[in-house]
Amino acid sequence: MVIDTLKCVGCSDCVVACQTENDVPIGYCRDWITETVNGSYPTIELELKSERCNHCDNAPCVRCCPTGASHQLDNGIVLVTGNECIGCGACIESCPYDARYQHPDGYVDKCTFCHHRLEKGQLPACVSVCPTKCMYFGDLDNPNSEVSKLLKNRKHKTLAPEAGTKPQVYYLT
Amino acid sequence: MQEELFTSGRNIPNIDPSLEIWHWPISVYLFLGGLAAGLLFFAGLITVLGKDKEYPASVKFASIVSPIALTLGLLALFYDLTHKLYFWRLYTTIRIESPMSWGAWVLLIITPISFLWVMSYYSELFPKWKLNFEFLNTFEKFLQKNRRNMAIALIPLSIILGIYTGILLSAFNARPLWNNAILGPLFLVSGLSTGAATIILLAKSAKEKHLFGKIDLILIVIELGLIVHMLMGMYAGSEVQLEAMQLLVGGEFTLMFFGFVIILGLIVPAILELTELIGYKIPVAIPALLVLIGGLVFRFVMVEAGQITRYLY
Repeated sequence: MVIDTLKCVGCSDCVVACQTENDVPIGYCRDWITETVNGSYPTIELELKSERCNHCDNAPCVRCCPTGASHQLDNGIVLVTGNECIGCGACIESCPYDARYQHPDGYVDKCTFCHHRLEKGQLPACVSVCPTKCMYFGDLDNPNSEVSKLLKNRKHKTLAPEAGTKPQVYYLT
Repeated sequence: MQEELFTSGRNIPNIDPSLEIWHWPISVYLFLGGLAAGLLFFAGLITVLGKDKEYPASVKFASIVSPIALTLGLLALFYDLTHKLYFWRLYTTIRIESPMSWGAWVLLIITPISFLWVMSYYSELFPKWKLNFEFLNTFEKFLQKNRRNMAIALIPLSIILGIYTGILLSAFNARPLWNNAILGPLFLVSGLSTGAATIILLAKSAKEKHLFGKIDLILIVIELGLIVHMLMGMYAGSEVQLEAMQLLVGGEFTLMFFGFVIILGLIVPAILELTELIGYKIPVAIPALLVLIGGLVFRFVMVEAGQITRYLY
């Protein structure tokens, strides 16, 4: 996934779309908006962006899961199987992005990149509703995909790369 | 200057503003697991060395504590699971990369052995309560014959159990306070030290008290060394580790860490044990209890403070 921080206006539409699409319990969210203020007046900069699970290539949550409930698909998406999860909390402790939470039903839940929609050929809910079209979703392994081209041509970053997780949500800056 | 604000009203229970996923049962379990590891290690070691007649407390009396500690510890772990009915999923797979999976399997093996160990001493521990079933007596005799085999198994198993309580935390690189390689050995030494302290409490002969006083003293010195290494490592570390260290040194956990863990839990008992070994009369229960309390507080400090530390991006 690629998110253009220059286009994002922080409207939280993605957050609401996700909560509706995935029946996220009230008070919880799988994606959220951060507002980062850099510098001090008068050289001040504001960055808005939508954050979620980074579906890391080197996912610490998958490594530390004692039951294998947290797993990574061949296409890179990290998922949790609810009825294999014992709710030990190890994956939540292991995530540098705090992207996971304990569902009130007990198991651990997080962003799935709307895996159920992808199977039908649809885009993730957050991407499909973004009013400024600041989010792009596609195959990063395919050099001709829209996301690969964006990363080729634009300056970008990932979140906390120093944590060594190889996050797969890229932010255009 | 950088300031970050959550604007979507993100306030997820137990996640924001800082993690509260692992609560007191985890700290209690880490303490009890380390204690049981220490007790079973000494019981195994003394038996393998053939000194079990000379040091009865370490192999016999103190070993009653380990199955109790393990059972309470497992109950505490179970209590802190949020999807409890699926706990059996732990035993449908072995995940080499997950410390928790290692721990679950080691506990599955070491807990029954700790019970069997006590069972093998049943007629000596409870001479008044006779086993009225013949097969139980036969079983006890069988266990007595295999006591040395159990002891050989207990030594590596208890070391894995003791180290795992630390690696469980140190494997999380998302929590900079935990993410240092010294935590495994540190928790092991601390567990062995609390085990030795329990044996001192339960020992009747001066000889056994003295031996474990010496062992405990050595372990305390090693533990202090490891804590210094841990702090030095973080002091020389990256920004996130520096911030993590500041929680212990000059931050909100300073009193608990330096007051209860380092001074009251390590330095004071070390001095008391040393003066006792030199020949002054000091009730050894005092340093032993201080070590136990220090060990418990240490787990609480590490679990609570660790969850506050995080990567800032």
